Amino acid sequence: MAGDTVLRLRGVRKSFGAFTALAGIDLEITDGEFLTIVGPSGSGKTTLIRLLVGMEEPSAGEIHLRDRLINKVPANERPTCMVFQSLALFPHRTVGENIEFPMKLKGVSPDRRRERALELLALLHLPEAYYGKRVQACSGGEQQRVALARALAFDPEILFFDEPLSALDYRLRKVLEKELKDLHRRTGKTFVYITHSLEEAMVMSDRIAIMRGGAIVQVGTAEQIYTAPANAFVAEFMGEVNLFPVTGGDDGRLLCGDLEIRGHDERLRLASGGQGQLMVRPEFVRFLAPGEEADCRLQGRLANVFSLGSRLQYEIEAEGPRGERRLVTVEKLREERFAGAPNGPVTLGWRLADAHLIREA
Amino acid sequence: MDRTEERQGLLSALPVALVLAAIFLAPLLVVALFAFMPPGSFGLAHAPTLENFRLFFAQGYYSSLLWSLGMAAAATIVLFLVCYPLAYGMAKVFRSFTLVITLLVVMSLFVSENIRLFGWVLTLMKGGLLSGYLKAWTGLEMDSALYSVPVIVFGLVYSYLPFMLFPLAQGIAMVPEDVRLAASDLGASRTRILWEIDLPLAMPGIVVGSLLSFVLSAGAMAESKLLGGQTVVVMADEIESAFTYGQNWPLGSALAVILILIIGLLATVALAKVDLDGIMGRRR
Repeated sequence: MAGDTVLRLRGVRKSFGAFTALAGIDLEITDGEFLTIVGPSGSGKTTLIRLLVGMEEPSAGEIHLRDRLINKVPANERPTCMVFQSLALFPHRTVGENIEFPMKLKGVSPDRRRERALELLALLHLPEAYYGKRVQACSGGEQQRVALARALAFDPEILFFDEPLSALDYRLRKVLEKELKDLHRRTGKTFVYITHSLEEAMVMSDRIAIMRGGAIVQVGTAEQIYTAPANAFVAEFMGEVNLFPVTGGDDGRLLCGDLEIRGHDERLRLASGGQGQLMVRPEFVRFLAPGEEADCRLQGRLANVFSLGSRLQYEIEAEGPRGERRLVTVEKLREERFAGAPNGPVTLGWRLADAHLIREA
Repeated sequence: MDRTEERQGLLSALPVALVLAAIFLAPLLVVALFAFMPPGSFGLAHAPTLENFRLFFAQGYYSSLLWSLGMAAAATIVLFLVCYPLAYGMAKVFRSFTLVITLLVVMSLFVSENIRLFGWVLTLMKGGLLSGYLKAWTGLEMDSALYSVPVIVFGLVYSYLPFMLFPLAQGIAMVPEDVRLAASDLGASRTRILWEIDLPLAMPGIVVGSLLSFVLSAGAMAESKLLGGQTVVVMADEIESAFTYGQNWPLGSALAVILILIIGLLATVALAKVDLDGIMGRRR
C-alpha cells in the first residue's frame, strides 16, 4: 500500500575493524516513494546500500522489510534488487536473456518470460528487435535501459540504484534522469537511489536523505532541505549559500556584528548567548538603491562578477565584525543584471522571511 | 597514415617471421614430407606412398594413439577439477597469498620434469618412501604403486598442473565481481552463479588451460615410461622408437603427422570458440 513503510532501519551500524562506516542510521522508506541518498564520497552511502541490498550484514541495529527482520537474509533471498554502478549486465548473454534471467530463476515459462521481456523493452523505449541483440553491441544509454528492464523483470519490492548514471556524459544523464523519474511514476515501485550528485537527487526524488560521516544528517523534500538545512554542511552541500555567524541577544533577537538586522521573525530566535548561523541563499539577496530599506543590510564592495549562463553571480567583499574579509554571493537572472561599477561600494539587503537560522556554531 | 603503419608493422615482423619459418616451419615440413616416403628410407627422393599410414592401422599403432588421447583427456578433466577451486581462490579470495602459491608452483618448474618424476618413482616404488613409512608406522605391507594407467594419469596431472592452473586463474579473474553480485541479487544461488556466470565468463581461461594440458599430455612420454613402466605404450613413445630404435624415419614421421593433425584440429576448433584478445587483456 502506498504510504506504508516498506523498509525501516533502526540504529543500523557497520564497522570494518576499527573503522566505523555507519554510525547509527535511522531511516524509514515509504512504499512507492523515490528516495535519494546523497553524500560525498566516504560518507557511507555505498556501505548503506550494500547493507540494504544484502551484500553486507549490519554490525548492530535492525533492518525490517515490512515486518520481517532481514539483517541476515542474503541478497539472493531478498525481494529487492539493485541497478549497479557498472550495470553488471551479463556480457555473454543477449538483451532478452539478460532481462529474462530473474524470471528464469523464478521458474517462469519461456513464453511468459519472452512476453514480459518484450513488454519491458517497450516500457523502456527500446525496439523489439533488441531482444536478440548482444548486450555489448548496445550503447551506454541502451545498456542502462537493459539493466533497468532486468531489475524490473525481477519485480522487486524496492529497486535500489547505485549511481548508475555517473559514468554517462552530461546530456545522456539529463535525459535518463527524467526517464527514470517517469519510469518511477509509471511503475509505482519504491525507488531508492544513491548518488553523490545533488543535482540528480533534486531532479528525481520525492525525498532526499543527506549523509555525512556515516550518519544521515537530514531527510526531507528537496524544497525543505534547500530552504531549511539542518546544519552548515547541508546548507553548503545544497548549493551556494551565505552564512553569517550570529549570537542570541538578551531578548532572543539575533546579533551579528556589522550586519544590521532590523525586522523580527519568530522563526529566527536564539536563546541569549546561543550560537548560530544566519543563512540566506544568493538569489534572495538584493542590491539596494540608496536610501532603500531592508530587514537585513550589509555594506560592501563589488569584487567579482561571474557568468553562470542563465544567471550572473556577484561576489561582494564586506568587512566582518572583527575587520576580517567576508565574501557574500549574490545571484541575479540575466535580465536583472546589476549595473554597478567594479570595486564600487554596494549595499546589500534581504528579507528575514527568506533567511533561515541554523542553530549551531 | 594507416597504410604506412601497416607496412612498418609487417617490416618489423619480418625477422621473427623468417626465424620462425627456418627453425619451426621447415622441420615440420620435412617431417610431413618424410611421412609419404617408403618405410625405412632415409631420403626425400622417393615416390610418395601411403604405406606408413597403412602400417598405422595394420600394426596397431592406433591403440597407442587412443591411449595417449584417452589419458590426456582423463588428465585434463582431473586437472580441471583439481585446479578450479585453487584457481578461484587465487583469483578472488587469497589476495597476496596468491603470489606465494604462484611462486611455489613456478619454482617446481625449475627442476627438470624427469627428475621430479624420478622423485615419484622413489616415493611410489616397492620399498620406496611410501611403502617404507607405511610399514614403519602401521606395519602394513604394500606393493609397488607404480606401473598402472592411473599412476600415469597422476603423473600427467602432476607435471602439467601449472599449465591448467594459471590460465584458469586468469580466466576466473576476468569474471567481473559486480556481475556475480548482480546475479546473486536477482536471486541466483551459488550453484546457479557457477553455471550461469562463472563458467561461461571464465571459458577463455578454461579452454586455454584445457588445451595446454591436453596437448602436452597427449605428447608426453616420460610419465608413461617412468611411472607406467611398459603398462601402455603411448604415441610419443612409438614415434621416438620409430626414429631411434626402429630407424624408420618415414613411419615415425607419419605417426607424428597423425598426432599433429589431430591435436591441431582440436586446438583450432577450441580456439575458434574463445576470444584470445580477451585473455591477453586487450579488451576491458
